[in-house]
Amino acid sequence: MSDLVTVTIDGVEVTVPQGTLVVDAAKMIDNDIPVFCYHPKLKPVGMCRMCLVEIGVPMRDRATGEVLRNEDGSVRLNFGRGLQTACTVVVSDGMVVRTATQPVKDAREAVIEFLLTSHPLDCPICDKGGECPLQNLTMRYGRGESRFDFSNKILLDKHVPLGELIYLDRQRCIQCARCIRFQDEVVDDPVIDFHNRGRRLEIVTLSEPGFDSYWSGNTTDICPVGALTTADFRFGARPWELTSVASVCTHCPVGCNTTLDTRREAIAGGRSVIKRVMPRQNEWVNEIWICDKGRFVHHYADAPTRLKQPLVRKNGQLVEASWDEALDLVAGKLQQHKTAVAGLAGDRLSNEDLYLFQKLFREGLGSNNIDLANRRLAGGDVVAQVGLASGSNLKELGAGDAVLVVATDLHEEAPVWWLRVKQAAERGAVVVVANLRPTRLDKFATHRLHYAPGEALSTIRQLVNLAKVEMETADSDPLAAAADALIKAKNMVVFYGSEGLTYEETDALARLLANLLLVKNGEGHVGRPNNGLIPVWPHSNTQGAWDMGVHPAFAPGYKPVSEPGLRATDIYAGVADGSLKALFVIGADPVGDGLMADRGQLDFLVVQELFMTKTAELADVVLPAQSWAEREGTFTTGERRVQRYYMAIPPIGDSRPDWQILAQINERVGLGKPAFAASLVFNEIAKVVPQYKGMDYRSLARVEKQWPDVGGEDLYYGGTAHENRSGLGQQWACVAESATVERFDVAEQPVIARDGLQLVRVAALYTSGTLIEQSPVLHHRMARPTIQLAHADATALGLADDDRAEVTVNSVTYETAVRVNEQVPAGLVLLSGVPYIAGLTTAQIRKLETAVAQPTGD
Amino acid sequence: MITEILKGMFTTFKHLLQPPVTIQYPEVKRPVRYRFKGRHELKRYDNGLEKCIGCALCAAACPADAIFVEAAENTDDERYSPGERYARVYEINMLRCIFCGFCEDACPTEAIVLEDNYELSFYDRASAIYTKEMLLVPVPPGGQPTPQKVEPGKYDRAIPEMEDPK
Ligand code: SF4
Ligand code: SF4
Ligand code: SF4
Ligand code: SF4
Ligand code: FES
Repeated sequence: MSDLVTVTIDGVEVTVPQGTLVVDAAKMIDNDIPVFCYHPKLKPVGMCRMCLVEIGVPMRDRATGEVLRNEDGSVRLNFGRGLQTACTVVVSDGMVVRTATQPVKDAREAVIEFLLTSHPLDCPICDKGGECPLQNLTMRYGRGESRFDFSNKILLDKHVPLGELIYLDRQRCIQCARCIRFQDEVVDDPVIDFHNRGRRLEIVTLSEPGFDSYWSGNTTDICPVGALTTADFRFGARPWELTSVASVCTHCPVGCNTTLDTRREAIAGGRSVIKRVMPRQNEWVNEIWICDKGRFVHHYADAPTRLKQPLVRKNGQLVEASWDEALDLVAGKLQQHKTAVAGLAGDRLSNEDLYLFQKLFREGLGSNNIDLANRRLAGGDVVAQVGLASGSNLKELGAGDAVLVVATDLHEEAPVWWLRVKQAAERGAVVVVANLRPTRLDKFATHRLHYAPGEALSTIRQLVNLAKVEMETADSDPLAAAADALIKAKNMVVFYGSEGLTYEETDALARLLANLLLVKNGEGHVGRPNNGLIPVWPHSNTQGAWDMGVHPAFAPGYKPVSEPGLRATDIYAGVADGSLKALFVIGADPVGDGLMADRGQLDFLVVQELFMTKTAELADVVLPAQSWAEREGTFTTGERRVQRYYMAIPPIGDSRPDWQILAQINERVGLGKPAFAASLVFNEIAKVVPQYKGMDYRSLARVEKQWPDVGGEDLYYGGTAHENRSGLGQQWACVAESATVERFDVAEQPVIARDGLQLVRVAALYTSGTLIEQSPVLHHRMARPTIQLAHADATALGLADDDRAEVTVNSVTYETAVRVNEQVPAGLVLLSGVPYIAGLTTAQIRKLETAVAQPTGD
Repeated sequence: MITEILKGMFTTFKHLLQPPVTIQYPEVKRPVRYRFKGRHELKRYDNGLEKCIGCALCAAACPADAIFVEAAENTDDERYSPGERYARVYEINMLRCIFCGFCEDACPTEAIVLEDNYELSFYDRASAIYTKEMLLVPVPPGGQPTPQKVEPGKYDRAIPEMEDPK
């Protein structure tokens, strides 16, 4: 039996895969059947009846199974007794669908009329007005007037905050349950639900704080009416007034495609500002979802505290200066200290910025002293060999495939990857998680390996060794069972992070995991689509920083340098002991992050930043850079997809794009005329970095048709996520795709004896930082410093749930909340809501005696 | 020939005796017609609340792109208009406006009305932009200025019951 069936919809024949729903089959031939409750990313429920159509199937003789024919030879069709919902009926061969007949029209009219019986019809003030499926479908299919009594409307609450981020208008809700189903089915945060029945049905939130989910913003996109709105955009603008500019999220290595909707604002002095961030469809990256961090952390671009003028220290004070003065000074001082300079970069900068930054040091100053300011995760060189192969799409992983996730909490560190791994598990993929402690992925994992503190590497080494031989009998040892499941998989993707590991340990981890991927069971798990290694980088463009050679030992394109320069740790030491004289910090705040105590014995410190950070306060020159929204550039995701983003708002003050500032410094140190466009810098990158060969701004902007078809005129089908018209990006090919990769040697790591309680810093999506602090809408959700530990450990320390504690790690003291959590393995303390701490540490934990607030009666 | 001259002079003298038609503007102003379209006004309800709900439909309808609206949310402590939304910023650029009245037609609350004032002159372009304060009519007798502090839940309808347009 073939996998394809042919159906006729309004006289047009279409051949679609078996199992396709009638509504999708029609969509494929641009016949838009109106829907409200159906959404292509959710399971059909058939609740709203908007999609009613006539469906006829060929009649067969009961005895013989022969297709019955009319006199004229045409197939006899059985249209059943009435209309059927196109969103729940699966196509079958020979099916005939009619979507434009009088009964269908009548049904649509009736459904709309019913939906509007209690609708407030406040389109003029509704945020959805203008992009509202209900409005559009009413105009298209509704009656001009209602036969219902206006005074008989049920007036439910119009102003219901579901937490601080999402507002609900119960009168507008048409009870389609898309929001509830999204939260439950797609992201497994069933925190909202229906309450009551009939016309009094209303959405309620079940969580404390309300609508406690990292995904809540997506419900406002798929809600077919204006019932759900974000606190951020509420009454912010009418949709038709917005100018949409394609962008890329800068907050984690997933690199979700977004659209910045901008508009001029009188209260911003007539400037264009970002009114909202919307997902932009990229089925290879984020489909049509983004997490709430990506949606709400954009306010830093317009923050009043942004740096606007170059600052130069004169008589101990930072005073405003002209660009020429500042740049001349920087170039002069860097050259003067040529032999004792170093550069530290942040990993949120674009590829263009990072490339020119390393060019300044390598070619302009002849120094390899360049590194990321905040190194957490190693293995970029390994990823260049055995990274996720180009042409991969995590959406294709399913039964028979395997995903291994090591030392990372994807839900907190890269939410959309968590979602995609979860969905792979639901499609039947084997998911193995290996970590110190349970994470949110454990629920969906087939194998959970919780190693003891300090045993991460030995556990993974054992796993790799076990994976070498295929075992016939199912083993009771969980490690062996996991190894067995992994090695049997058709495709294998491995994620690794740095939770509880030092930088050096992550390097060994990456190599061990590469060896696992290289194990051949038939074919190795490298170099083929949907196979390979994905690093869970700490920031959005750490991958680009590796590619561009912001590394003491690698020039652009992973070319080893003959004399490696100083690593970040050595640079910090050099600053303190005076062996370094000049330091250039770009897009990073090592002082604020506790990596550098002060400016030590530096003679010259230059900081290029958006804000007056702690490091910038100590600088001799502060150069104001532009945020990602004011300029164009490219980022490379953890899947090594190079993606382009565009200029959305005008520059703040006299700030300049990072690449331009660097190009102008480079000119002053004798590297020739500066490039005058980011695209030209990228062209140079494409020449120098072999991996980027053949890419340019035009090829990165290429798009192709995607399924499901969202963002078009028919907003009712996919919601308000934007269509991708500005580029899907390009994944660069790792070495394994064209050559054989040898196994990596991994030195045995010394096992460090660990006594007592071990503390590990764990990630939280909303951890305080320079950028997120600028978005007041998220302030209530920020992760406060908290320790979590098992009951026995807590009791030993005299701690109980809801106590406050004072935790001292590496001589920094935090005041934290205490959560007793039986999920936490004994002997381990999880610390969250604080800046990154590498590896496992010990900590002094002391209970804080706080005066218990007595209820005062009012 | 004499007759012709006399005829002409007769007409002249006849008009000399008639009352003059020149209107002594600006001392004297001629009343405008019922459907005259002059400078816009933003209306208020009798209790002083603004009729404008900041929906920007006038801006959308305007063929000259003369109107700019920025909305914000009402609270019961600071209420400008009934319902949830009001115009925090409302500007009309009178140099752009072609006085077509489309904004009036688009307005769901009859908040914007083109009134009688045709005396628009400016020394510079910036002063041709009329802000909300300049467009809003004075608070009617017995009404309160906006923002008002009102009892919670009183104005939950965005577009309150209104008399039919006349
Ligand atoms: S709030 Fe929106 S998405 Fe949720 S049930 Fe109501 S109409 Fe549907
Ligand atoms: S998952 Fe990552 S890239 Fe995507 S929106 Fe969230 S923070 Fe941004
Ligand atoms: S009268 Fe016409 S041109 Fe003038 S503001 Fe209104 S809609 Fe615009
Ligand atoms: S004047 Fe009328 S149309 Fe214009 S924003 Fe106000 S309520 Fe809307
Ligand atoms: S019943 Fe089919 S879309 Fe709602």
